[in-house]
Amino acid sequence: MRSKAKLAIAALSALMLVPAQAQTEIQWWHSMGGALGEWVNDLARDFNASQKDYKVTPTFKGSYDESMTAAIAAFRAGNAPHILQVFEVGTATMMASKGAIKPVTEVMKEGGQKFDQNAYVPAVAGYYTAPNGQMLSFPFNSSTPVFHYNKDAFKAAGLDPEKPPTTWPEVALAAAKLKASGHKCPFTTSWISWTQLESFSAWHNVLFASKNNGFDGLDTRLVFNSPLHVRHIENLANMAKSGLFVYKGRGNAADATFVSGECAMATGSSALYGNVVRNGKFGYGIGTLPYYPDVQGAPQNTVIGGASLWVMNGKKATDYKGVAAFFSYLSQPEVAAKSHQRTGYLPVTKASFELTDKSGFYKKNPGTDVSVTQMIRKTTDKSRGVRLGNFVQVRTIIDEELEGVWAGKKAPKEALDLAVKRGNEQLERFQKANKS
Amino acid sequence: MEKRVLFKSAWLPWVLVAPQMAIVLVFFFWPAGQALYQSVLQEDAFGTSREFVGWENFQRLFDDASYLASFKTTAVFSLWVAASSMSLALLLAVMANRVARLAGFYKTLLIWPYAVAPVVAGVLWLMLFASPYGVIAYALQAMGLPWNHLLDADHAMALIVMAAAWKQVSYNFLFFLAGLQSIPQSLIEAAAIDGASPWRRFWTIVFPLLAPTTFFLLVMNVIYAFFDTFGTVDAATHGGPGKDTSILVYKVYYDGFKALDMGGSAAQSVVLMLIVIALTVVQFRFVERKIEY
Repeated sequence: MRSKAKLAIAALSALMLVPAQAQTEIQWWHSMGGALGEWVNDLARDFNASQKDYKVTPTFKGSYDESMTAAIAAFRAGNAPHILQVFEVGTATMMASKGAIKPVTEVMKEGGQKFDQNAYVPAVAGYYTAPNGQMLSFPFNSSTPVFHYNKDAFKAAGLDPEKPPTTWPEVALAAAKLKASGHKCPFTTSWISWTQLESFSAWHNVLFASKNNGFDGLDTRLVFNSPLHVRHIENLANMAKSGLFVYKGRGNAADATFVSGECAMATGSSALYGNVVRNGKFGYGIGTLPYYPDVQGAPQNTVIGGASLWVMNGKKATDYKGVAAFFSYLSQPEVAAKSHQRTGYLPVTKASFELTDKSGFYKKNPGTDVSVTQMIRKTTDKSRGVRLGNFVQVRTIIDEELEGVWAGKKAPKEALDLAVKRGNEQLERFQKANKS
Repeated sequence: MEKRVLFKSAWLPWVLVAPQMAIVLVFFFWPAGQALYQSVLQEDAFGTSREFVGWENFQRLFDDASYLASFKTTAVFSLWVAASSMSLALLLAVMANRVARLAGFYKTLLIWPYAVAPVVAGVLWLMLFASPYGVIAYALQAMGLPWNHLLDADHAMALIVMAAAWKQVSYNFLFFLAGLQSIPQSLIEAAAIDGASPWRRFWTIVFPLLAPTTFFLLVMNVIYAFFDTFGTVDAATHGGPGKDTSILVYKVYYDGFKALDMGGSAAQSVVLMLIVIALTVVQFRFVERKIEY
């Protein structure tokens, strides 16, 4: 009898732990590791603490392409997450998968949340907006390429640590001085295609691909083999030959070499900020992306990278209410401003930018405003961003062809022509597959 | 001589092979059938639209010069992996076979790498060779041999061969050791009495008697290099520089899981499947005949 009573008490107390009203769980798959992973977990925790109806559960699913593959497999099996973080190169693929996603505008409307699309930073939200004006995904973590430099290395080389080079000729000069002072890796870059071709094009107000970089139709074709592009790659190839530019691999492989202090200057994502502040053991400076001063219209603005949050289709209406509430929470000026200051990602809403500005954050942390000022300019049709199908393959093709240039095996013009030709085959295929 | 067991019951043999048949059907034939089916389709990433395109996926593959080039890359890679891992394993097995003390300890250590996942093997070797701070890259640099697998195709190929072969040495070692232990000691002793040197004894007695093992391992190693190495390549080189280490199975992985082109990826798996079927048939038909088990 005694043991039965014990059992009953145990069962009762277990029941007490379950809240009277079951919470709706919102699954969120993301690709934020390290310091950024902690940021994501904090956001979910704070949102969960702010209300009782919904519980957002973030799950780290590996790199961007890994979590996208995982979500696709899950969708095919009928257990997709509610929210999926997709990198900017996956945008066209997501947009074309109409049956798989639910536009954010719809989610917010059905969720009964106040939603003003004009509150979002246009250069960011515009990238994720369909031609009909509907916002398709939530602009969660957008970054833009900036110029990172090591102030200690600048001092050692006799350069002014408060004056980063702003043009490519100045970069070459600074690199030469750094090399003369014994630096083995004066300049490197991560995301070659994004920083040296896509943003390079927008920054100089020239097209990367026709049809306004793919915004105006799937019959877009690559055009990054113009004389200006060839000139830039030739310049980088010469720098590589003389040891001023050191190639450190594809994707963001070069980031680690800047954080460790091995490389003194690097073009890369503005979201590297949090990582350098935390792990870098040197004076850290941020400058604007370099440009060629003789090109008319330069500098214009840079293009976005990073990722956005997509809502997957086929869930219950109550679930979508939770998603809408979570997105509203993320858009609150205080929350969005805090995220921006913590990570180096761009502010999501105009209000969060103003809040950060008023708080004096940019004055206290010089350089953190670079990404914002690079982005918050009036964009042109040529500089709004690059939205292409099969973009993952296009970027790999660019990596492959340019590696031939850095190795001294291919001429810059030849490599860019080939990359355009091979990339266009990918665009043609995407156009054909998504005709309807 | 043929060995044959006769069962009295008509159904017992079927029951006994049933579990194995079930595994083969579920894990081999079913996925292979799916690959065949997908290879004639074109789908969007989420599979919401699907279109029958016939041979188009195959047509596209063989129109692509870089795909044809990757056959050569794969052949070079597979031969290097099989040759280096088998010769190293044979050397280690012969030596381990002679060790009297601590034999178990050595054997355990030698078998250990087999438990390492291909991706981990790739990362491990990458870290040894990452310039400029990887241990081996640093040592090479000090000797005046700058290492750069990011831009030098030969270095990149050497890196993935080492990572892939290192893992496979354990497997080969195990089989060679078992093969060595089954060679009758009397044959070797007889040769020794006749005055044959250890070198001669190895090449005229031990090595020929190991031929069945060697042949089996050759097949297994080529299959390993063909199929199981995409993780190693992805971790170590991403197929670069250019496409110089983009072996066939890596392209299957890249197109399927990074580029989300299921149809194209499935078509490549079908091509790979045909290659391995052909290789195995050829080897068993023509090579096995000459080998006495």
